[in-house]
Amino acid sequence: MSNYRIHKTEYIDETKRVSFKYDGKTYFGYEGDTLASALLANGIHLVGRSFKYHRPRGIVSCGAEEPNAICQIGSKKDLTEPNVRATELELYEGLEASSQNCWPNVKFDIGGINNFISPLIPAGFYYKTFMWPKSFWKKVYEPLIRLSAGLGKSPTEPDPDIYDHKHVHYDVLIIGGGVSGIIAAKMSAKNNLKTLLVDDKKILGGSTIYQNNESIKIDDKLSSQWLKNEIQEIKKLSNLTIKTRTSIAAYHGYNFLLAKENLTDHLPEEKKKNNIRQRLWKIRAKKVVIATGSIERPLVFNNNDRPGILLSNSIKKYLDYYGVTCGENIILFTNNDSAYETSISLHKKGIKNIIIDLRKSTSSELIKQAESLGIKIYFNHVVTNTFGYRKINSLEIMELSEDGNTTVGNKIKLSCDCLGMSGGWTPMVHMHTQSGGKLDFRDDDQVFLPKENSEDQISVGSCNGDFDLENIIDKTVNKINKFLDIDNQDYQDTNILCSKEKDKRNIWLLPNKIPLGKTKCFIDFQNDSTAKDIKLALKEGFRSIEHVKRYTTTGMATDQGKLSNMHALGIIADTASVKMGTLGTTTFRPPFTPLTFGTLVGRNVGKFFEVVRKTSMHEWHVENNAEFENVGQWKRPWYYPKNAENMHDAVQRESKAARDSAGILDASTLGKIDIQGSDASEFLNRVYTNAWSKLAIGKCRYGIMLNEDGMVYDDGVTTRISENHYLMTTTTGGAANVLSKLEDYLQTEWPELDVYLTSVTDHYSTASICGPNSKKILNKLFPTLDLSDENFPHMSFKEVKLENINCRIMRISFTGEQSYEINIESKYGHALWKMCIEAGKEFNLTPYGTETMHLLRAEKGFIIVGQDTDGTMTPSDLQMDWIVSKKKFDFIGKRSLYRSDTVREDRKQLVGLLTDDPKEILEEGAQIVSDIKSKPIDMLGHVTSSYFSPNLNKSIALAVVRSGKTMKGQKLIIPMENKNINVTVSDTIFFDKENKRLNA
Amino acid sequence: MFLINCPFCGERDQSEFSSGGEAHVVRPKQPTELSDDEWAEYLFMRKNIKGIQFERWNHVHGCRKWFNVVRDTSNDKILSVYKMGEKPPVNYK
Ligand SMILES: [Zn+2]
Repeated sequence: MSNYRIHKTEYIDETKRVSFKYDGKTYFGYEGDTLASALLANGIHLVGRSFKYHRPRGIVSCGAEEPNAICQIGSKKDLTEPNVRATELELYEGLEASSQNCWPNVKFDIGGINNFISPLIPAGFYYKTFMWPKSFWKKVYEPLIRLSAGLGKSPTEPDPDIYDHKHVHYDVLIIGGGVSGIIAAKMSAKNNLKTLLVDDKKILGGSTIYQNNESIKIDDKLSSQWLKNEIQEIKKLSNLTIKTRTSIAAYHGYNFLLAKENLTDHLPEEKKKNNIRQRLWKIRAKKVVIATGSIERPLVFNNNDRPGILLSNSIKKYLDYYGVTCGENIILFTNNDSAYETSISLHKKGIKNIIIDLRKSTSSELIKQAESLGIKIYFNHVVTNTFGYRKINSLEIMELSEDGNTTVGNKIKLSCDCLGMSGGWTPMVHMHTQSGGKLDFRDDDQVFLPKENSEDQISVGSCNGDFDLENIIDKTVNKINKFLDIDNQDYQDTNILCSKEKDKRNIWLLPNKIPLGKTKCFIDFQNDSTAKDIKLALKEGFRSIEHVKRYTTTGMATDQGKLSNMHALGIIADTASVKMGTLGTTTFRPPFTPLTFGTLVGRNVGKFFEVVRKTSMHEWHVENNAEFENVGQWKRPWYYPKNAENMHDAVQRESKAARDSAGILDASTLGKIDIQGSDASEFLNRVYTNAWSKLAIGKCRYGIMLNEDGMVYDDGVTTRISENHYLMTTTTGGAANVLSKLEDYLQTEWPELDVYLTSVTDHYSTASICGPNSKKILNKLFPTLDLSDENFPHMSFKEVKLENINCRIMRISFTGEQSYEINIESKYGHALWKMCIEAGKEFNLTPYGTETMHLLRAEKGFIIVGQDTDGTMTPSDLQMDWIVSKKKFDFIGKRSLYRSDTVREDRKQLVGLLTDDPKEILEEGAQIVSDIKSKPIDMLGHVTSSYFSPNLNKSIALAVVRSGKTMKGQKLIIPMENKNINVTVSDTIFFDKENKRLNA
Repeated sequence: MFLINCPFCGERDQSEFSSGGEAHVVRPKQPTELSDDEWAEYLFMRKNIKGIQFERWNHVHGCRKWFNVVRDTSNDKILSVYKMGEKPPVNYK
């Protein structure tokens, strides 16, 4: 048989043929198929190799729990996507998919050799083997692991797709559109609640939508027909939003949930283009109804992993929904009634099948129906082995002993081309536990259930452990009425016919005559962990489920153990003879299914990745070839290379020009805080270490701000503009934090102070002109301003007009030169800058960037907070005792300055360093020692700032060194990778110690 | 992701706020009179309770006001919100 599509269904449109490529070969399917159903229709089961042993693996399921059918989509460098589940991927024209984790190809896989040496690769193999020798890691183990651990390939170029985020608020969110979800949605929306229903599939209805068994009926209709009518009805409800192809990825506190909506993944290539691919919904819901259903459990027996072995209910879905049979000669192996539904469906479509049932006997209507159809049933039997390499071709069964612990009698060999297994059902409690809910264990059918339902979250349907239809509908209706505090009567008279027995015979690890050590009973198909591995972990002393999980890697693959976790727990409980309920579960972490990075990031890519702040002079800097440096969010000119200069040459030229004639810096990014109020002076007294009350109007003062722990936090110059009005400047990077800190003290500690703070950083642009010719340039710009040192001395401020625009000029200096900072409203910043450049032309006014600024201030020994300090430096450590007022009663951090630790003499202190070879430039961050022979070497400190000074024609550096204050003149060593550099401790001020140039 | 009821603006997403740690840690009026131990107690020691905790929050991307919050840290439920300077609710001690 080459076409396994044996009948028409309403979900497959046979008029729309779709061609696709799988592993390079072209196949055909129909609109409505998933990749998995289309492959099965073509008779393809083998879709990959297992992770560790490289065993051939086939499609196991039809949904999110799929461990094997994981594929790589597309081959373009920017659009290829790994780890896509073929069971969830809707087929589209032009789809290219390939199997993962097999090289050179799925049919001949070199790694398959691991299968034959598998006794050598037990649990913890990776931990045990790749430990030593250490030198093997880089060259042998890592490349080897990387080569064989082929969980797909990530794209190597940026994702061109568009992703979107959307924030929504609802009264009620319902997760899952099966029977119980639809009932809940109808009840909620009809009672005037704004309701959102999401389902990860293309259409609503869960597994009931294709239920065609005559013995399961609602109001005398097939349950599928009844549900279709319900769906038609809810689609008319105006306050209900239905989102299909939308899966909840995470359930956070306060009913905040993330959902991923697939918008174009199912469309052909040409329709994907320029459309939003996926949308992340950020949902706030007052109440959440979880109706996520349950998934079927596999059974754990020898060689239970061959291609052609699927979950029984998945065989049913492929048949009833997609019209595809998974084989022609099918055996179903079960411990409960649900496999009989599959059996009857298969029989009706003419597919021969027999049933192996672990139970001794059972008498539900379903089984009577199967028996009357002549379906052969082996009660009290167990599958002990399977055969066939690339696909199952036969299996062996044996009778179970009375207690179910061993097998008895003779092996019976049965041929087949497909095996369905059903180990019962596992409620999907992921959402409940992600929301913080706890679980209870129900011993009857060995399931974990939501323990309590809170007032804003509830689980209904089979995710709540209600498996038969009658129970599902009755309980859902009752619980929803209570949960939403409504009285809906719509389902009062619903008549439900359903005759499934709950009876189940649960055996986690099925017995076998062959010793466990010689079997391959897989638990986690994707990570290849077996029952033997779990038992080995227990033998080696692991007890906690979280430890066993990590040691054996059970449940750690991309499917997150949806099929395997329960069996691992069951086998641990059986082996350790403890009650399964007492073991607890591993943590259910988001996302429920993998999310693309694109979805998480949304539109925040490229230039929207981060906020960029530009000064009003920015365009001039760009036009004049500036290289930029990021300082916080600001783009600051770093240096302005001329004629192919490198950075060093540009900085040397700029630094020399600033001291020889004139330089200009864009200082607009410095933080500026406007401080007003009758207590402004008192406020400054409390936040700075020095005294402010006596600062005259029109004068400027430098201040240092500490944290309460006494460590330097920020610095800057503050100007007294009028009696109760100051303008504070902060460091560029510290502006926002300083404002927050000041607001904190004002609002919480000193609410009695009459002070108002306003951030005005963006309101003013600043051009800072320095150098011996700065006065002449200022004179050209402001001819009426008296620039004499008497009228406009250092550390003072004037308000002047430039043409008719107000400017504030501060005569302050960070370079040691005469220096004027001209502040103007930002909209005039660009014009001001151009006027300065024009006026400075005859004086070689040279624009300089942050690097030159740093060099010039280092020549003067001025600190940069955050470069020469690191949150552990007091003013005294910086040799700046002069800035700490002895008279003031209190200021932030004062008390900490005489804690026993802060008064230690051997703290790290700021010093200057001069290299013995004046051409040698130290590396910032380099360690400083005095004795390189002692071991371990005693580290004394490190270099914080280092430059070659063109004005001194030698290398200079600032450093923090233990007891540095007492070490002036002492020789120290900077050990580098290939040499030791000799240095001498010096003053921190290297240039113009007498400050002659400020008033020259 | 909490929803926080700013006493000045109303309910807003947690991402608009920043947390300022334990509430009602009062800065000593005369720090100079404290011993190193007493100052360290104010400076470094915080309770970090599992259960009901009084905290400071700042509506930093909103009105920029500081206020107090009573939160059960074991389940993140916010039980009460009140302005700076107001008396803490007594029923949560
Ligand atoms: Zn607010």
